[in-house]
Amino acid sequence: MSSEISIKKVLFEPVVSNNPIALQILGICSALAVTTSLQLSLVMGLAVSLVTAFSSASIAMIRKQIPTSIRIIVQMTIIASLVIVVDQILRAYAYELSKQLSVFVGLIITNCIVMGRAEAFAMQNGPVVSFMDGIGNGLGYTAMLVAVAVVRELLGSGTLFGINIMTTINNGGWYQPNGLLLLPPSAFFLIGLIIWGLRTWKAEQKEAPDYKASAHVVKEAF
Amino acid sequence: MSNKESVQKTITVALLLCIVCAIVVAASVVLLRPIQEKNKTLNLKMNILAAAGILKEGASSAEIEKTFERVTPKLIDLDSGEYIEPAVVGKPSAIAYDQKRGAKDPSMSSLLDASKDIASIKRREKYAKVYLLIENGVVETIVLPVHGYGLWSTLYGFIALKGDANTVAGLGFYQHAETPGLGGEVDNPKWKAMWPGKRVYDLDDSGEPKIHLVKGGVDNSKPEAVYGVDALSGASLTSRGVTNLLHFWLGEMGFQKYLDRVRKGA
Repeated sequence: MSSEISIKKVLFEPVVSNNPIALQILGICSALAVTTSLQLSLVMGLAVSLVTAFSSASIAMIRKQIPTSIRIIVQMTIIASLVIVVDQILRAYAYELSKQLSVFVGLIITNCIVMGRAEAFAMQNGPVVSFMDGIGNGLGYTAMLVAVAVVRELLGSGTLFGINIMTTINNGGWYQPNGLLLLPPSAFFLIGLIIWGLRTWKAEQKEAPDYKASAHVVKEAF
Repeated sequence: MSNKESVQKTITVALLLCIVCAIVVAASVVLLRPIQEKNKTLNLKMNILAAAGILKEGASSAEIEKTFERVTPKLIDLDSGEYIEPAVVGKPSAIAYDQKRGAKDPSMSSLLDASKDIASIKRREKYAKVYLLIENGVVETIVLPVHGYGLWSTLYGFIALKGDANTVAGLGFYQHAETPGLGGEVDNPKWKAMWPGKRVYDLDDSGEPKIHLVKGGVDNSKPEAVYGVDALSGASLTSRGVTNLLHFWLGEMGFQKYLDRVRKGA
């Protein structure tokens, strides 16, 4: 077991080759909502990484004690408590950002990545490696969010990190911003394109087709 | 293994987990509350100063506190337009009154008739908090809290009037959830810069608020231009919401009586 799961592997594999958003298609909801600005995406990625890491570590620590019948609710309780703590910390030390992130910090509770790692990894592995696995998946999530946010913020508002790159017409410049990119559906297109690119580069990520069309055979009636 | 699955063990684990989690959550809330409250009031002060146009770009929290010392919060009765003592709302000082909470309290607010509720706020508080900037005994700026429904959300903000209780000194919203890039442009500094100098009332006329947003842009050659501000492009409903909320709060249900009194020098 331990020979297969090295810390380096759990930390970096989820970034490209096993990305939680691109390959496992988890955590899409918040990826649509917060990627209008690069700064928000980074904070959200950081929050998810911390929650996933600490929840995985705590669950791994008590994994041998958790009765199977209540394991999901135990995981949820731990995750929910950690999310509230993160939300409170953000409100105290990053007030402006927490105002913009609003409900999405609270909704980390329902982010499938956190729960998915707890159930799939932390229940079978030790606390240290689970912690790293949480950080790794958080990094994968952050990387995807940042990639989407760079496109959305630059083409949607003409800024990066709130710093003006292309002056928009509203502010007397030349750039006509693409309003679609400020709306959540645009993230779908971007994530779709990224998944396409990723699976062309790393062909092993392609899923086997669910069915195969058989060759068309013409049978004349007469 | 069978021991782990017993009922007794299940209950023990659940109970212990609840206690530990409850302590962690409660501790974080209680320990961080003072800092959060400080952030909240600082943010409010910053928005009041920004509306009044006396906030320096990138001011530190200490500078904001210092500038805010120039501002005097006062409570008024919206129905009569008179100043009231903080004791009427049971608070030691005017700043301690929470107007948003007042709007929810049935004993301190009234349900609005649908025909009068142009800002779609359902309830209106009886008492409001205004902020005065007084220089050498003369009221320089009056900052009034306003709120009303836009397209997706209730917009909360401040409108600042000059000492004549008619000329706009500034406008700003500190909380809303309008579409970014369209209605969200209420935060655009260029748009906000169009407000100072505009007039709210035509004092020779009825006294109804005349300020409004103009779709397609203000025609500066007309005399009415002084009551108009360009509407936000691509955001008709947010623009209508802004006009409505200003008409409500500067009209007879809002601060009109109070502003009349200020003009008479009361």
